[in-house]
Amino acid sequence: MKNYALRPLYVIIGLVIVVLIIREVYVPKDFGVHGESYMYGWHRKGNEEEWKAFKVKYKFDNEYCKDCHSDKYDSIMQSPHAIIKCENCHGPAFDHPTDPTKLTIDRSRGLCIRCHSSLPYPQSSRANIRGIDPDKHNSEIECSVCHNPHKPSLEGMK
Amino acid sequence: MITRRDLIKNTVAGIAGLSLPLVSVKIINAAETLFPDRFEKPSVLWGFVVDTYKCVGCGLCVKACKNENEIPYNIPLSRTWVERYLILKDGRVLIDSPDAGRDGYTNQKVRDTVVSPENIAKAFFVPKLCNQCENPPCVQVCPVGATYKTTDGVILIDRKWCIGCGYCIQSCPYGVRFFHPVYKVAEKCTFCYHRITKGMKTACVEACPFGARQIGNLRDRNDPVAKIVLSERVAVLKDAFGTKPQVYYIGLDENVR
Ligand code: HEC
Ligand code: HEC
Ligand code: HEC
Ligand code: HEC
Repeated sequence: MKNYALRPLYVIIGLVIVVLIIREVYVPKDFGVHGESYMYGWHRKGNEEEWKAFKVKYKFDNEYCKDCHSDKYDSIMQSPHAIIKCENCHGPAFDHPTDPTKLTIDRSRGLCIRCHSSLPYPQSSRANIRGIDPDKHNSEIECSVCHNPHKPSLEGMK
Repeated sequence: MITRRDLIKNTVAGIAGLSLPLVSVKIINAAETLFPDRFEKPSVLWGFVVDTYKCVGCGLCVKACKNENEIPYNIPLSRTWVERYLILKDGRVLIDSPDAGRDGYTNQKVRDTVVSPENIAKAFFVPKLCNQCENPPCVQVCPVGATYKTTDGVILIDRKWCIGCGYCIQSCPYGVRFFHPVYKVAEKCTFCYHRITKGMKTACVEACPFGARQIGNLRDRNDPVAKIVLSERVAVLKDAFGTKPQVYYIGLDENVR
């Protein structure tokens, strides 16, 4: 009689052991809070390293381009475009010139009108950039046909 | 017949036996669990400052973020985006963010509404990104421990562990999370964790020609970002939610949510 009463208990204990074994095998060893709170910190430590190892693509350092493209560097650094990093217009260059050997040259009007399309917003510093109406200012022709992006002053026009 | 001796013996043995499984899991320090802040603080806490006066809506930050973090370029999803706000004199508020602002704002039309310049009371741009909340609701709802806060205050997603259930995407009050179409897991801004942990700045901060975005260490009183947060008039988004964002805005308007 006492056997019958205990049977459900054995089943529950058995289940708990099975779940604990599965958990031991399935959950990675580096799961834990690792210095954070239990509420927000429960994670796999290895994932932090995985994110740290993510590939960097942008150098964002104009000095890096200086030695090989000194003409472009020298002229743009004396212009109001000096604030625009080369890679904003030419794309990620972390391993350039090894890979990619050449960077993209984007001659589209879209590259320039993101700043120069005139918008009547005096509260934003957009108002401090000289604007043009893209539909009226020599539409259809790429800006770089007339303007030099590395020497944008109107005196430096081609 | 149970003797008194047996009773005491069995009780002690029983309690010891019952408490064994708890010990084998972990010895938990109650104080540490309840008040983790009172125990030694890590030396870095990443914080972000957005100066909305400086933003011109060029979208170079969005372009750089998408390339740096491998977010497919031609879908309108992005880890960071730029919103345009037009508050009109007739009381209307127009907001848009075409393609997350990736190609900048080149047209005076907002969605399909033509606005005459005389009717504009204020107009400005607001860059947005993950707030890396101190109390992140997105982390609380994760059923599998795939998203978490690092000790330096950044919320990350474990792509191998995420099951793509989408709870976190729903729970973020700022709408910064989305479903990554390639990896089929939840995706969000990481403050470019791979860059900041190597001493670089985030891609969006570097890409911005106007200094509208800054990242720094809030635990270092000499850090430019910490100085701004401590000494200037800054505000956070949806303060009432109690999420305690670590992204601070200069010049935040009440119409910005
Ligand atoms: C170690 C030297 C070196 C450095 C540093 C370097 N480049 Fe280059 N770059 C090259 C070479 C070599 C080419 C290929 C030129 C060719 O084939 O005409 C090239 C090609 C290019 C092109 C394409 C030119 C064309 O005519 O197609 C662009 C744009 C460019 N680089 C931009 C940059 C930028 C921006 C940086 C800085 C982030 C940079 N480069 C850094 C050596 C360098
Ligand atoms: C505002 C956008 C912009 C910026 C910033 C910019 N470029 Fe360019 N770059 C262009 C465009 C557009 C062209 C194509 C010019 C043309 O067609 O004449 C170009 C062309 C080039 C070329 C090829 C030119 C040739 O004649 O072969 C090189 C090399 C280059 N850029 C390097 C740089 C470097 C280095 C920097 C940073 C110091 C830089 N660029 C910054 C837009 C930019
Ligand atoms: C056919 C040649 C040509 C093309 C193409 C061209 N421009 Fe111009 N641009 C000019 C000339 C000439 C001026 C100076 C006279 C003037 O203000 O119209 C000028 C002036 C400007 C100015 C200064 C305006 C001011 O108020 O001082 C800006 C900014 C400008 N252009 C940007 C652009 C952009 C951006 C593009 C491409 C979307 C572009 N331009 C295409 C010829 C051109
Ligand atoms: C990130 C924003 C940005 C982009 C992109 C950009 N510019 Fe500019 N540009 C500026 C700023 C800022 C100035 C300086 C303020 C002014 O004079 O309007 C400027 C000035 C100019 C001027 C007037 C220079 C003068 O001294 O008269 C011209 C012309 C110009 N840019 C052409 C271009 C062309 C062509 C492109 C595309 C290759 C381009 N810009 C891309 C921000 C930008």
